[in-house]
Amino acid sequence: MKVPISWLKEYVEINLPIEELAYKLTLAGLEVEEIRYVGLPMLEEKQQATKISGFSWNPEEIVIGEIREVMPHPNADRLVLCRLDDGEQEHTVLTGAPNLFPYLEKGELDPPLKVAYAREGATIIDAYNETKDIMLTTLKRKKIRGVDSYSMACSERELGISEEHEGIILLDQDAPTGQALAEYMGDAVLDIAITPNIARAASILGVAREVAAITDEKLIPLTLETVTEGDPIKGRVSIEIKEPELNPRFVLGLIEDVEKKPSPYWVQRRLKLAGIRPIDCVVDATNYTMLEIGEPLHAFDYDVLLERAGGKPPSIITRRAKSGETLTTLDDIERKLHDFTVLVTDQSGPLSLAGVMGGADSEVGEKTRNVLLEGASWNYVNIRRTVSAQGLPSEAAYRFERGVHPAIASLGVQRCLEWMRKWTGGKVAQGLVDEYPLPPVDPKVKITPGDIQRWLGISLSAVEIGELLKKLDFEVIIKKDELVVNTPPHRLDIGQGMVGKADLVEEIARVYGYDQIPETNLADGLPLQVGNRALEMEDKIRDKLAGIGLQEIVTYRITSPEAELRVFPPDHNLPDQDYLEITNPISSDKTVMRRSLLASLLEVVEKNRRSRERIALFEIGLEFFPNGENKIPVDEKLKLAIALTGVRTHHSWQCADQDLMDFYDLKGLIEELLADLHIENVSYTTDTAPSYHPGKCARIEMDGKLLGFMGEIHPKVKENYKLAEAPLTVAILDMETLLNKVDDLFNVESIPDQPPVLEDLALVVDDDVPAQTVQSLILLAGGETLTEVSLFDVYRGEQLGEGKKSLAYSLVYQHPKKTLTDKEVAAIRESIVKRLEKELGAQLRSW
Amino acid sequence: MEGKLELIRREALSALELVDDEKSLENWQVKYLGRSSELMEIFKALGTLSKEEKPVVGRTANLVKVALETASGEKEILFNQRRINQDLEGEKIDVTLPGRRTISGSIHPTTQTLREIYRVFGDMGFQIYRSREVETDEYNFQLLNFPPHHPARDMQDTFFITSDKDRGDNPLLLRTHTSPGQIHAMLEHTRKYPEDPPPIRIILPGMCYRYEQITARSEIQFNQVEGLAVGKGITFGDLKGTLSNFARRMFGQEARTRFRASHFPFTEPSAEMDIGCFLCGGDGCSVCKGAGWLEILGCGMVHPTVLENGGFDPEVYSGFAFGMGSERITMTRHHIEDIRYFWANDLRFLDQF
Ligand SMILES: [Zn+2]
Repeated sequence: MKVPISWLKEYVEINLPIEELAYKLTLAGLEVEEIRYVGLPMLEEKQQATKISGFSWNPEEIVIGEIREVMPHPNADRLVLCRLDDGEQEHTVLTGAPNLFPYLEKGELDPPLKVAYAREGATIIDAYNETKDIMLTTLKRKKIRGVDSYSMACSERELGISEEHEGIILLDQDAPTGQALAEYMGDAVLDIAITPNIARAASILGVAREVAAITDEKLIPLTLETVTEGDPIKGRVSIEIKEPELNPRFVLGLIEDVEKKPSPYWVQRRLKLAGIRPIDCVVDATNYTMLEIGEPLHAFDYDVLLERAGGKPPSIITRRAKSGETLTTLDDIERKLHDFTVLVTDQSGPLSLAGVMGGADSEVGEKTRNVLLEGASWNYVNIRRTVSAQGLPSEAAYRFERGVHPAIASLGVQRCLEWMRKWTGGKVAQGLVDEYPLPPVDPKVKITPGDIQRWLGISLSAVEIGELLKKLDFEVIIKKDELVVNTPPHRLDIGQGMVGKADLVEEIARVYGYDQIPETNLADGLPLQVGNRALEMEDKIRDKLAGIGLQEIVTYRITSPEAELRVFPPDHNLPDQDYLEITNPISSDKTVMRRSLLASLLEVVEKNRRSRERIALFEIGLEFFPNGENKIPVDEKLKLAIALTGVRTHHSWQCADQDLMDFYDLKGLIEELLADLHIENVSYTTDTAPSYHPGKCARIEMDGKLLGFMGEIHPKVKENYKLAEAPLTVAILDMETLLNKVDDLFNVESIPDQPPVLEDLALVVDDDVPAQTVQSLILLAGGETLTEVSLFDVYRGEQLGEGKKSLAYSLVYQHPKKTLTDKEVAAIRESIVKRLEKELGAQLRSW
Repeated sequence: MEGKLELIRREALSALELVDDEKSLENWQVKYLGRSSELMEIFKALGTLSKEEKPVVGRTANLVKVALETASGEKEILFNQRRINQDLEGEKIDVTLPGRRTISGSIHPTTQTLREIYRVFGDMGFQIYRSREVETDEYNFQLLNFPPHHPARDMQDTFFITSDKDRGDNPLLLRTHTSPGQIHAMLEHTRKYPEDPPPIRIILPGMCYRYEQITARSEIQFNQVEGLAVGKGITFGDLKGTLSNFARRMFGQEARTRFRASHFPFTEPSAEMDIGCFLCGGDGCSVCKGAGWLEILGCGMVHPTVLENGGFDPEVYSGFAFGMGSERITMTRHHIEDIRYFWANDLRFLDQF
């Protein structure tokens, strides 16, 4: 809502600087997003922070001038010369403004044309500069086509009023020649963000009411001067409301013999400052009144309605649209109507989309002489549904869909008729036709000082509370320690009972001042300290992974099936995957909730391939799966994904390990992670999965439960992405399985007093025997005394024979109580070797 | 005998004065203190001396031995120091060469900020509560006092999820805020403690979604952290105090806060908390868009309807709630100009955290 200060001042006195007013409004919930100066002087020192823009008019330099004669330029057809009086002396002013050409060679003008005159040396806006910011320029004397030019009559753009630069401003006749323009019509516009609960302030009067309350001023009441010269409206039109729930009130007024012409300049200027384009005095009057008091109005061409009714008094009917019904709106679009759309109709069919947009047939046009004016109130839900179904936002609908109190419908019609009479010269018919089947019940709410204490933490007496509420026009009756508060008939945001009480608490806090309420600390007892173990463990995993060289990423959870297909080889038989589909996607690449964290991860690897020689990433994030059996038919599964590619260590002046990372680098990371989480009983077995290299993929299990897969990405999948040559290995683990297993209350063993016995053991086995099998068997056969086994060499060579490999292990023997003798160690070794020989055909190579 | 010992002492000590490197010191030690030195010969011959002579000569010989050892020891220390000094001179390195780095990763900035928020509120007793991202209209809106077609829904453009069944006024959607968790948490709590429920103090973090164009200033997915405190006698003053404390922890002890009236359907009174722009000190700059204040979070007293929907009696209980976008906080703290950086995961961005 753009509020020109000059307009606001008609309803409330303003006795503080604009910046301070803006700050107070902002604190009270009418956030002033910007103050745009249009002529009024700006403060030198910035006082309260609000964004400030615009331009002040120097009162010495920019004044009201009058053009007495418009004469041809001797050397240029497109320019004219004006004899202009600036209140001090006469000047010759040169201009190319097209709106002066009608006055060319008309001799002495009577009355003269009032204009905004910028004297020599004046600073104005450079109208030819197309940049977004205001660029200023100073008027200097120069010759244009042989004629001296040093001053000018200004356009709106040159003064920062609007973007209009076609012609110069022609002021109303009452403008006093020689007066500083800033004094006559200098302004500042507050741009206020209106939240839904404060929709009542979507008008000048509404904002004035708030200003009065928060600055402790009195509201200047609106005075209607009703002059009715026409015949009574009674009997010349009738109203029938089919569903009062949808249309609680409908008011009609009539004005005849209007002359359609431009509105006075001050009206046009205010509309422009408020962001509405002036059209003609009839349309302007409806818009002006809507901005002024908040009631949207609609003007019908009365003669069209008469004609549709065959010359008889038209009957206006409001009702829901019937199925298949259409209406061509005044933007010339034929609209199919929904059953929730409320229409204003007559006997012959729809006239307008109630509260949203008029129909083309009955709109006021060039030839309109007699205007039937509608002021009504509508159910906001239906308005909202119609606006969104038809894609038709408008200033009127903006107000109706937030709620307009029915009480102001008649005031709106009367006020608008008054403006039309003044600006069009028409005759207002006596009276109104007013159908008001469903007046709202303005809530009556009880509240006590105890409520205020309990909610806001401040103690106010009943009288003090009453005073605060009265500032906002609430009627207050104090009974002992209780206030009975009546809602004023212009607002719809106060509820009943407990809700109404909360609504009043907010109003009291706003007027009292949020900044005046002292800050306190929670005095309540501490809540149950339950922590969040899942999150704590997740964070532990994050820290571990970052600590061992992985970068955490967070990706979009909205994707497309096409993007996810890339994780499969092209020749793979694609699974028929059910997705959670978004009904209203924002773009074609974001249509479903992801099922594959892997796809997200690979995209990030792809994106970063050029900037890093080593990429090591992980994400902990959700995958989404439809599951019709749930109450909410969706499974959200938390997964951990890791990707590793490129060199092992960064290029460096020191010798660096520039080998490419492979399966075992990834496996090492996972082993470290699981060890850190004290997870034991993990097995890695050869397996296959579509996205993985068939020979380099492992299934990871924990206590026989699937934890996830890891391996090198299938070369055919790699081809689906733009990736470097290096192998890319990934792992996807199920977080829930992992977290359920984490034991953070693990036991720690005592440090043994006795020295351990260390020895190495090399065994020859068949090449296809998995290392994990050998190691497990060593541990098993070694018994309790064998505390550590680690593989330190894998060797294949001619002397071993075809299909054989040698595995070398370091063993640690440790007895908790005593020092082991050579004999005892030899016995254990013996049993290990025998067992391996028996079960795996292993040969002892050395020890 | 004693004269001979004195002679040995003198000769040895004067010879030692000429010794000036480790090698000749070694030779000197062999010559005067070695197994076949004159002094050692005297010790060996002690047994042949008479009872009277033996202790006298033995003592003197010992004194000479100690004197020689002490003197050579001092020389040894001297040479040792000299050698270290010499070595040091040859051992100069270029300290400007880069160090050997271990490889480490880092935590995504969003996670880092979330953790910081957890920590600050954790210190004030707030527990972390998480809930699902695919929600129903009922939990995301209706129970939070947004009836169907309520104008406040305009402020939260929503992604809906296509459903096989006609769900009427209760479609599936991606949560637009973590507030549905407020209802889940309150209901769990009041069902567990139907009589006189103890206070709740939680924060609700997680990913939320809004139907918006992706630009430098707006994203379709973002992390939100909400807070909820419900109890007997919680006031708007407590809300202000708690959140100002948070702002000081998050943005420095100098941070100034202001609370201005606003509107959220699930709180009343509602407020926005701004902090004084710490870049321009309030004069207005490009970061605060000339306003001098930065919007940090929305907050308010829990609406009585919402308390009731959560199983609390609003006549007895009161509470406050707040919500903030953690990426916005990260942007404010680190002067990040483009919100799209967060999910783009360019390592050149992530490496900086
Ligand atoms: Zn700033």
